[in-house]
Amino acid sequence: MFDTARRYRYEEITPSKEIHGLIERIRKDSHNAFITVNADEAFEDALKADRELDDEKENALLGVALAIKDNICTKELKTTCASRILSNFVPSYDATVIERLRKNGAIIIGKTNLDEFAMGSATTSSFVGPSKNPWDTARTPGGSSGGSAAAVAAGLCAGALGSDTGGSIRQPASFCGITGLKPTYGTVSRYGLVAFASSMDQIGPMTRSARDAAVLYDAIKGYDPRDSTSIDMGYNPISLDPLDMRGLRVGVPDVFFADGLAADVHKAVDSGISTLNELGAEIVPVDLPHIRYGVAVYYIIATAEASSNLARYDGVRYGMRVAETEDLMDMYMATRSKGFNTEVKRRIMLGTYVLSAGYYDAYYKKASQVRTLIMQDFNRAFEKCDIIAGPTTPVTAFGLDDMIDDPLSIYLLDIYTIPANLTGLPAISVPCGFDRDGLPVGMQLMAPALREDSLLGTAMAFQEYTGFHEATP
Amino acid sequence: MSKEIYDVVIGLEVHAQLLTSTKIFCGCSTDTGLEPNTNTCPVCMGMPGVLPVLNKRVVDCGIKLGHATNCRITEDNIFARKNYFYPDLPKGYQITQFDEPICTDGYIDIDGKGHAKRIRINRIHMEEDAGKNIHDVDAPYSYVDYNRAGVPLLEIVTEPDISSTDEAVAYLKDLRQLMQYLNICDGNMEQGSLRCDANVSVMKKGAEVYGTRTELKNMNSFRNVQKALEFEIERHIGLIESGGHVVQETRLWNASSNQTFAMRSKEESHDYRYFPEPDLVPIVIDESWIAEIVQKLPELPREKRQRFMQQYSLPSYDADVLTQTTGLADYFEQCAGLYDRPKEISNWIMTEVLRAVKDEQTGLKDFKVTPGMLAGMLVLIRKGTISGKMAKDIFEEMLSTGKGPEEIVKDKGLAQISGEEELKDVVACVLEEHPAEVNKYRQGKTQVMGFLVGQVMKATKGRANPKLLNEIVKEMLS
Amino acid sequence: MKISKEQVLHIARLARLRLEDGEQERFQEDLNSILDYMDLLNEVHTDNVRVAVHTLDINNAMRNDGVVASQDRVLALKNAPETKNGNIVVPKILD
Repeated sequence: MFDTARRYRYEEITPSKEIHGLIERIRKDSHNAFITVNADEAFEDALKADRELDDEKENALLGVALAIKDNICTKELKTTCASRILSNFVPSYDATVIERLRKNGAIIIGKTNLDEFAMGSATTSSFVGPSKNPWDTARTPGGSSGGSAAAVAAGLCAGALGSDTGGSIRQPASFCGITGLKPTYGTVSRYGLVAFASSMDQIGPMTRSARDAAVLYDAIKGYDPRDSTSIDMGYNPISLDPLDMRGLRVGVPDVFFADGLAADVHKAVDSGISTLNELGAEIVPVDLPHIRYGVAVYYIIATAEASSNLARYDGVRYGMRVAETEDLMDMYMATRSKGFNTEVKRRIMLGTYVLSAGYYDAYYKKASQVRTLIMQDFNRAFEKCDIIAGPTTPVTAFGLDDMIDDPLSIYLLDIYTIPANLTGLPAISVPCGFDRDGLPVGMQLMAPALREDSLLGTAMAFQEYTGFHEATP
Repeated sequence: MSKEIYDVVIGLEVHAQLLTSTKIFCGCSTDTGLEPNTNTCPVCMGMPGVLPVLNKRVVDCGIKLGHATNCRITEDNIFARKNYFYPDLPKGYQITQFDEPICTDGYIDIDGKGHAKRIRINRIHMEEDAGKNIHDVDAPYSYVDYNRAGVPLLEIVTEPDISSTDEAVAYLKDLRQLMQYLNICDGNMEQGSLRCDANVSVMKKGAEVYGTRTELKNMNSFRNVQKALEFEIERHIGLIESGGHVVQETRLWNASSNQTFAMRSKEESHDYRYFPEPDLVPIVIDESWIAEIVQKLPELPREKRQRFMQQYSLPSYDADVLTQTTGLADYFEQCAGLYDRPKEISNWIMTEVLRAVKDEQTGLKDFKVTPGMLAGMLVLIRKGTISGKMAKDIFEEMLSTGKGPEEIVKDKGLAQISGEEELKDVVACVLEEHPAEVNKYRQGKTQVMGFLVGQVMKATKGRANPKLLNEIVKEMLS
Repeated sequence: MKISKEQVLHIARLARLRLEDGEQERFQEDLNSILDYMDLLNEVHTDNVRVAVHTLDINNAMRNDGVVASQDRVLALKNAPETKNGNIVVPKILD
């Protein structure tokens, strides 16, 4: 992104030329990263940017091509959530983040592929088929923001937006060797983000560098009166300078390095943490005793909220409706059964069950209480350290043909990313090396609430030193 | 009748549409009567990605009503989702309050058979209304209009303290009056801004266990609430007396056949799967917020009634009628500010004004006879410019033309004749024309005076001052 | 076995989902295995632990009672599968 802005500023290329070039690349691209390519509007916006650049050379987003995950509403541009049930849905409104991007002159180049309704870890459950990892097209780019990750890694855009409910920005960022930030819950407006789990969803930047992520985050963050869960932080731009790591305490929890972690990932992340140490940080052990319950807590609360959030997809007001049904009940059932894929249905069923009469206390209420305990774990840990570091995910990108058929095993892979969603804390994944097959490994950093400055600053320092983020497939 | 050996147990659930300018979670207006789906936005249509934002005035209304019904106001208010599928429910869930409703444990004292009866209020909570789903009678379709989706409601639930259908109506009237005074709801059952569902059961007097109750819906007036409850109570008693038992179910009142029917659709008992609404944050109501609201509260019905009795020396019946609505009470007081005989004003309002308002169907706000005009007319009567009988005609004239009393009297030359000399002349004329009657009177048939007085009235086109006329005729006859 | 076949059907109906052949068994298996895993939570003592509904510490997010212009009906109904005279048409519930 910065690269693009710099090239514009020094008049090495105009936005129109840049956009035309990108659209060409996208059209020839085989990673299946996009559901919709927004060529016409992008060309128009690029022409406008050509003119406006004369006055606005300092604007880092003007004329810059961004890809948007297709669960974020874009006015007059199809927004499908990769689902049959919304395959023809065209919103008449922009999400708040899109309004802000447009105001900054950014260009929406297309809507990217995802797991249907953001439920999944591989972007294989979409109605347009799977996206492919640019590092190895026989492998998944991760999910659910796999399309955005692939688009950024393959150079099809300058940056992208994804959404993260259980790791959906960070895990694909890790699989594709890019940077992905899940901001503190409440700092980026959810208005216009198709809801999955309302108490955990956040939109965040997916970019080639932490610096780009900081710029993009700055542009989209901030109080939105249309979102009751939006925090007012006042005007608070993120510094674009790497943080001086001396004196920073980096906490490393044992539980992030236990069984199930692939050896190569372990090695690369260890090395990443050593790097932080070399840069001046102090490494301290921290304890997170309730993390082991995170997956259970997450899949109860997130599916409960999702089962309710997805009730509006009923064929009545918008989206797909199965015609020629016998009566209302038939219409509901036929539409939702045909419209949702298996994973979505599975999660709706689970969510409905844990909220149902007689089970609410044992599941939803219990999970919500354990959630409090997990939040308390992190509050205590952050008394002893400023950043918590660990792997983003236990594995590197798995093969498209190796998809495990057991949902529970897949859910368990979210173990490191889930805590940030349960607690609302900010977390970023940065590339920290490769495995023996040359696949990217991601290191995850977490910070206390509203400390994106610390997180991004650390990431920038790490990237300046290591350069892993500059590698391309 | 067997009714006497049974106690009736009734609980009422009232939904009141609030008089806020906008809906509860979005900025659409609360106007009614608009073309379908012209008053919506992505939020109240339940589009993908939208979020609710609470209208502060709805909370204010809850605090007002809670205070006026002696409730405890909840400090930490939580909203909840009530999940079910229906076409008029755009999100597939209703945002309501489950645990932590805004008000709990209040009461309204109604007048029950000469003494006050306390009807306890279990809870009051805030929620959103659904849209309208209209079934096509001839075709297998329904038509959905979301204009009403998101209109704010307060739901008021009583304990089962109501023991008769009369009490039920009294409670509804008092509640409606209270909400009208607080300007939070206009209480119109026919138009649906006030809706009532009832729970009713019967038990043999002295029994320790409540009978099985049924829920009644679809009653669109106080009268229908009473009739439906009467019917249902009879039905329960009938079942029990004949050895059967009451089935717990929801029944609809049919106002044309005057019967209740079990809801025909296969209404599975709903599992609403309530859970706290994650898109809304807690609403903390502290002392200062409550104080701010209480300070601005208008005089409530009870206080106004008392004050009217004391300040205007009115009997309680008059005070009751005049304080029915704030509009009527204000009308009275404006008039009382211009004319110093409140009882006279009260009489006129209770008879002529209320009748005319009802006939005109305008409502008091648009009523042509203003308090000033009424006061003016009463002044003219007092001064003797017109007679009491004449006033009724003048009232009708004011109503149809909107002209003031003085203008009407002048235009039509209706001023009462109270000049002694003038009257004496006319009386003299009449007595001359009716010598036979004059003789009869002098021979002792005094009732003939009425006829002679009538003739003078006729000659003066009704304008003779009756009292004076009587005196003069009597005098001139003797 | 936490969830019986009947329960699977009941939940599907609550969620307005119609399960194909094979899906019933599949979901029953999946849900049971997932719910068995959730038993892990029984290890945790949660007496007197607050329920976390939000991770934020915000209260009283509200707006003023000011009218914002509504959406034009054309836009509101743009995505509707079937409309008539400005209403959205749906099949009736049959008894």
